[in-house]
Amino acid sequence: MTNVGCDQIAQVIQKDEKIILEQWGSYQLSSFTMRRDLISENEVKQESRKFLQLFSGALQNNKNDKLTGNEWDDVRVLLADVSLSRAKKGFSPSDTATFIFSLKQPLFNIARENFKDIAILAEVLWNITVILDKLGLYTTEVYQKGREEIISRQQQEMLELSTPVVQLWEGILALPMIGTLDSSRTQVVMESLLQEIVDTGATIAILDITGVPTVDTLVAQHLLKTVAAARLMGADCIISGIRPQIAQTIVHLGVDLTSVITKATLADAFLVALERTKQKIVKVAV
Amino acid sequence: MTNVALVLPIQSSEDIVIARQKVRELAIKAGFNVVNQTKFITAASELARNTLDYGGGGYLTFEELINGNKKGLKLVFEDQGPGIDNIQLAMTDGYTTGKGLGLGLTGAKRLVNEFDLWTEVGKGTRISIIQWT
Repeated sequence: MTNVGCDQIAQVIQKDEKIILEQWGSYQLSSFTMRRDLISENEVKQESRKFLQLFSGALQNNKNDKLTGNEWDDVRVLLADVSLSRAKKGFSPSDTATFIFSLKQPLFNIARENFKDIAILAEVLWNITVILDKLGLYTTEVYQKGREEIISRQQQEMLELSTPVVQLWEGILALPMIGTLDSSRTQVVMESLLQEIVDTGATIAILDITGVPTVDTLVAQHLLKTVAAARLMGADCIISGIRPQIAQTIVHLGVDLTSVITKATLADAFLVALERTKQKIVKVAV
Repeated sequence: MTNVALVLPIQSSEDIVIARQKVRELAIKAGFNVVNQTKFITAASELARNTLDYGGGGYLTFEELINGNKKGLKLVFEDQGPGIDNIQLAMTDGYTTGKGLGLGLTGAKRLVNEFDLWTEVGKGTRISIIQWT
């Protein structure tokens, strides 16, 4: 960025602050992305005034065009606040970015009036564009980050939700697995199963994979590890819920499940478990 | 006749889940029966994980194929990782340089109709698989 850039632009902004704010305000308020239902006119004006002050200050001290220097810290903090608060209020990313992009027109207007030399004007406009584009993208990034935080919190909640260990009968546990068995989830599953084996003194655990859509080598390995760990704690495992297509896939993959008792349905597995624990369910004679 | 449908990044384990869902969606659309769907999805899952774990991340490209009245799906897994040093060894059941079972690559090959592997040490690996209805 050359010298005609930042210093002079900052001076012009400070000189014409009132005009810019007025124009910027009216652009924002008349923009089709303006959400009057979510934000008040006053808030918009306040945010704008604060931003413009910090912006011209940062421009004055600007050292490079990457906007990475600490002279931009205050601007970034303010923008992060603005986009996070708007994300929470329900603005879309483009609604949020419009806050910055709508500043272009007023800045272009005052640049046209203050820089009469065409070559200088072109350079000034280019500099303004580069900087505002970067700041606009920054608001989108922050917005995105806010969303990602929500998603990762939901993932954590799912982890806890999806791993119930249920006691089917005396000494018999069942673990109905549902969804994608990635590493972190299987870890939780394994831990809660082992804990439950200790707590109940169960000797048989049924791992039901009816709700697991894909059994690849990683999932198979996780299952085998869970079975081995349970065995070390004195409990045998039965894997149930192996559907025909899963059975064929496992055979083609070459995964060896022969060391584990497997059954097609949970009911079959339950019968085996009863037998193993020398228990029986009988129909009541009428 | 081919028709490039889309490209997905494989940069995290979440991407593998997304890729698997997309493969399932397209496999159903192409009219695969349940067994072929499951085989193809499983193969895709293996290869996507290899792309991530051994290739350091890469891309998955989907192509829908039509050959007469047969429909097919082609998946291309591409990475710019270290490549495979010894293909023969890599294509041996039970061999792994990682912590897995060593069945992903060979298993994926057995699960699909067509399997093609290109690799160059230091440049990367590209594996394409095709399944027909």
